[in-house]
Amino acid sequence: MNENDYSKDNPWLLPEGVDELLPPRAMRVEQQRRELLDLFSAWGYELIMPPFIEFLDSLLTGSGHDLDLETFKLTDQLSGRLMGVRADMTPQAARIDAHQLLREGPVRLCYIGTVLKTRPDAMGGSRDPLQLGAELFGHAGIESDVEVISLMLEVLRTTGVHDLYLDLGHVGIYRGLTHQAGLGDEIEARFFDALQRKAAIEIEELLGAADIDSTHRAMLAALPDLNGGTEVLQRAVEELRHADKSVREALDELAAIATSLQQREPSLPLYFDLAELHGYQYKTGAVFAAFTPGYGQELARGGRYDNIGRIFGRARPATGFSADLKALAALTAEPVQTAAAGVLADWTNDAAALAEVRRLREQGERVVWSLPGQQGNGGCDRRLVQRKDGSWAVEPL
Amino acid sequence: MSQRLTIALSKGRILDDTLPLLEQAGIVPAEDPGKSRKLVLETNHEDVQFVIVRATDVPTYVEYGGADLGVCGKDVLMEHGGQGLYEPLDLRIARCRLMVAGRPGAHLQPGRLRIATKFVNISRRYFAERGRQVELIKLYGSMELAPLVGMADLIVDLVDTGNTLRANGLEPLEHIADISSRLVVNKASMKVKHQRIKALVEQLRGAVATRSA
Repeated sequence: MNENDYSKDNPWLLPEGVDELLPPRAMRVEQQRRELLDLFSAWGYELIMPPFIEFLDSLLTGSGHDLDLETFKLTDQLSGRLMGVRADMTPQAARIDAHQLLREGPVRLCYIGTVLKTRPDAMGGSRDPLQLGAELFGHAGIESDVEVISLMLEVLRTTGVHDLYLDLGHVGIYRGLTHQAGLGDEIEARFFDALQRKAAIEIEELLGAADIDSTHRAMLAALPDLNGGTEVLQRAVEELRHADKSVREALDELAAIATSLQQREPSLPLYFDLAELHGYQYKTGAVFAAFTPGYGQELARGGRYDNIGRIFGRARPATGFSADLKALAALTAEPVQTAAAGVLADWTNDAAALAEVRRLREQGERVVWSLPGQQGNGGCDRRLVQRKDGSWAVEPL
Repeated sequence: MSQRLTIALSKGRILDDTLPLLEQAGIVPAEDPGKSRKLVLETNHEDVQFVIVRATDVPTYVEYGGADLGVCGKDVLMEHGGQGLYEPLDLRIARCRLMVAGRPGAHLQPGRLRIATKFVNISRRYFAERGRQVELIKLYGSMELAPLVGMADLIVDLVDTGNTLRANGLEPLEHIADISSRLVVNKASMKVKHQRIKALVEQLRGAVATRSA
């Protein structure tokens, strides 16, 4: 074995976290991609194809520090400016809505494309996911959140995942409580970190040492435990009753989303986690993620991120979700190689044969040229043969 | 719907101290994990199983979803890093301290210190937070030897009684963190199997409280 980690002796080696799709899975993923585009279209979402690379400033607008670290960067030889390879297409969709389309009222956009990440999201995760997503701009009510969540569930079912769990949270609760308590930046950063790990003991110690009044302390200390079924919302109303208006509104929004979802998806298990803060740096409202048993990470996630378009000239309410189609496809069983089907045609320049091959292909038949010296049947079960009268016909192999 | 719970444990002190807590929560392994060579152990509950892994691998198994829950030292978690796991409960077992140690006064010398440790991530963060530039030397054991042979100025290691340090002419110099074992939970499992996991966390919380009372 060569002792160098990245020896040039292995020219076939792909970078860590970068993979490729082979037959027959590649075709399966492509079929799913087509089905999903049809689904998006049926829900009124218009397809956009943002560039793979653009100026870093616009790519990172309104997003947080995490996206900056995730983005591959290079210098543009033409402008001298720094460019980034997209690591997330959401800000691109927001730019397109805010600056390119300039429509009033709700705008529904969807996209499917490869993104690149400097670091995988999760352990063993991909650095070149095939990101698919839908974004709804221009509507601030919970109805658009419910629409996007419903679409997300439909997308997952279309890709063959049926046993779904929904996780719901709202960043307004944490934001309101920490603001009201007046936690300093440093303590808030440590509190945020501990809360993401639900490290109750650490949180207790941290808040015990913080210079805040006992009402606020009790409400912040309640956060790591405010998760579970629908009963969590009632408990939160009780335990956070001294919180300011923004927190109570956030709880009302969550309750309204839950009620609406229970009407639409009566058998969907709902889980609430009021300390779930994924994408906190740019999210502004309800956040959600879908899970399935036996898979250690989320399948899809999203949330509300109002005002991200401000820097492009138009602050617009926005909510959306995204997922990695390659990860979703990997959840379903490896597609079986389909049985031999198609017509093998011996290589020829005969005009009648060429016409027959063209006719068969136009009918949707798979016709494979048998090249001189070729072994095997090319996955075909029939053959094009010349009859005695010179015409061509298909016969079993 | 898979509501089976898999709990990752590691052999040794943590296992010995965790089993009584699990027993109090009503979960008993079908055979003695200390003696069995099996890596997957059934329990008295049909839908609960243990997997026996290396202590440093517990966060990896749980974060990846290979196990729903696990028990590991706070030192292992700090070294593993990140926010990929929930750690809802301090089991208050296998307690010790994570310390900087060395020859007396070794931490006061100026310049770039060489630190021998198996906790390279923790050491990097600890010294950086204190504005000190250090050189890290990764070792897998017998850290105490490194200062004796002049390979390092300081070590970062777990200290229980401090006897090994003293026997080698070293002493604890700086306290980094108090260590004890934590219950860790996979984030997706917490959401998908929350009723079972929350119930188990509560039972263990009760067991910890009775034992430390």
